[in-house]
Amino acid sequence: MSALIRSMPLLAALLALVLFPQFGSEYYVGLLTRIIIIALFALSLDLLIGYTGLVSFGHAAFYGIGGYALAIAFQDASVIPLWQALPLSLAAAAFAALVIGWISIRTSGIYFIMITLAMAQMFFYFFFESPRYGGDDGIFLFLKPVLMVGSEDILKLDQENNFYYFALSCLVSSYLLLVMILRAPFGKVIKAIKANEHRVRALGYSTSGYKLVSFVIAGTLAGLAGFLEGAHSGYVNPSYMSWHESGVCIAMVILGGMGTLYGPIVGAFIIVLLQNFLPELTEHWQLLLGGIVIAVVLFLPRGATSLYPRICDLIRRSRRGEREPQETADD
Amino acid sequence: MELSFYLVQLLNAVQYGFLLFLVASGLTLLFGIMGIINLAHGSFYMVGAYLAYWLTDLTGSFWLAILLGLPIALMVGYLVERFAISFLYQRDHLYQVLLTFALILVFNELQQILWGTDVHGVVIPEILAGSIPLTDNQSYPIYRLFISAACIAIACGMYWVIQKTRLGMMIRAGASNREMVQALGIDVNRLFAFVFSLGVALAAFAGMLAAPVDSVYPGMGENVLIISFVVVVIGGTGSIKGTFVGAMLIGLVSTFGKVLLPEMASIMVYALMAVILLWRPHGLFGRAA
Repeated sequence: MSALIRSMPLLAALLALVLFPQFGSEYYVGLLTRIIIIALFALSLDLLIGYTGLVSFGHAAFYGIGGYALAIAFQDASVIPLWQALPLSLAAAAFAALVIGWISIRTSGIYFIMITLAMAQMFFYFFFESPRYGGDDGIFLFLKPVLMVGSEDILKLDQENNFYYFALSCLVSSYLLLVMILRAPFGKVIKAIKANEHRVRALGYSTSGYKLVSFVIAGTLAGLAGFLEGAHSGYVNPSYMSWHESGVCIAMVILGGMGTLYGPIVGAFIIVLLQNFLPELTEHWQLLLGGIVIAVVLFLPRGATSLYPRICDLIRRSRRGEREPQETADD
Repeated sequence: MELSFYLVQLLNAVQYGFLLFLVASGLTLLFGIMGIINLAHGSFYMVGAYLAYWLTDLTGSFWLAILLGLPIALMVGYLVERFAISFLYQRDHLYQVLLTFALILVFNELQQILWGTDVHGVVIPEILAGSIPLTDNQSYPIYRLFISAACIAIACGMYWVIQKTRLGMMIRAGASNREMVQALGIDVNRLFAFVFSLGVALAAFAGMLAAPVDSVYPGMGENVLIISFVVVVIGGTGSIKGTFVGAMLIGLVSTFGKVLLPEMASIMVYALMAVILLWRPHGLFGRAA
């Protein structure tokens, strides 16, 4: 019963997201599309931070590569076939994640944090300083991808609602994919690696292989988010890969609650909405954003979503008149 | 391209390396001794530069500005340690990364509130304003030599404090076994607050020294921060010697990279780091954790 109650908000949120375009104006559908894309980005990082115990500070590299692969291959095309563009972006991000992961996974702790950052900076400067790919102006895309069968257009992403549902289905299927992966033996191993890598190795597992696979999956999903963002906004520039982007992504994962999968989605909602509405309040909105993040780190380290089960327990206990505190299990 | 040209570049590289060393040695102290990853270190560099600009404007003297600015930087460091960092010693690096990342946002915004978004310059003090002629058409500014000299002095001072004094002994002991030092009756909290403030002051001092040669602008600390992290990681965290070697390496690679291969210069620094970490995953002078 408790599992049902706990997944209720998730289902309700999904229902609200599915119905939203029927009520919201085009501006808000566009904003929500962006949030969904960023949520996918944060979700992919949760696999690394929350489940594998790899603190990647260069996750934005894959996000950027997903976007750039689309932009570079199709900047002059007269039509962007989805079934070519999407696999290309995913493959580019996956390949980059394989290379960066292979190098980074040999290190751990602060070295891992720093080497992933350095790798992302390398990509950032590569695109920043290459006139061929637009330098710091980036690349503009004037078309949206189209899904075609034969010569028939099945799904045109130039309509905001279509794009919205496409992005939402990407987020939902990525979420389900991660749920499945985490339930599989592979998921058990990476969670065990996070808990105690030495013991897992002592049990005979080659942990670096598992970490690399996890890194590649996360990178590929980040590439998917980058692909969506590039297609949605119509331009790709080096700031996709900036270390600020990686930092904000970590902030979203923690803010929502890491190691939960739904937490980072909530975190993305919080951060993007703050980024969107705080500037209306004050010119110095980053001060507020910084303050909020600091407060969360200090007082709510398990994130905003950790409040919900706590409140549930509180209500249940007060109903039964129980007193003793109950530790909520992690999974 | 003649020899003197390369000599000037070499001097520039060494001077840049020394500045990096000042910032990075603070970082490596914080990491090695306190186990703290401080992303806000670049912000303290920026604070130093702005203090130099502001106080020079106010007092009319660059020297007075440094004299007044350093205690302010120490104070800022102490407050940040007490009210934010001190809660994170037992926590995962992840939270340190996030909290200090948020501190960057806060410091950037405070800087804009206090000093605006204009680019400022600081005039080189008169005694050091000249330059030394090397050949008929090449000369080297005295102030840059002064930067190197000041950094050498600080480095020697740091070496002396850490290796020869009682305080240094406590710092070294705290780095290798925190609990034991505490058990021996040393107030680790005070020690850490002091070390953090010292690291902040080092970064701010580097920013002050750099202000007259580099302009003072918003976000100036962020490039320095990331390069300093590269230095620390190349050298091996917690090793002052490694940090020095790393800083010089990066100084050379980035200065000569800009001259010889301008379009690849920014990438080369990171590529160097990747190669070194492939060869030695814990940095040149680092030990396995």
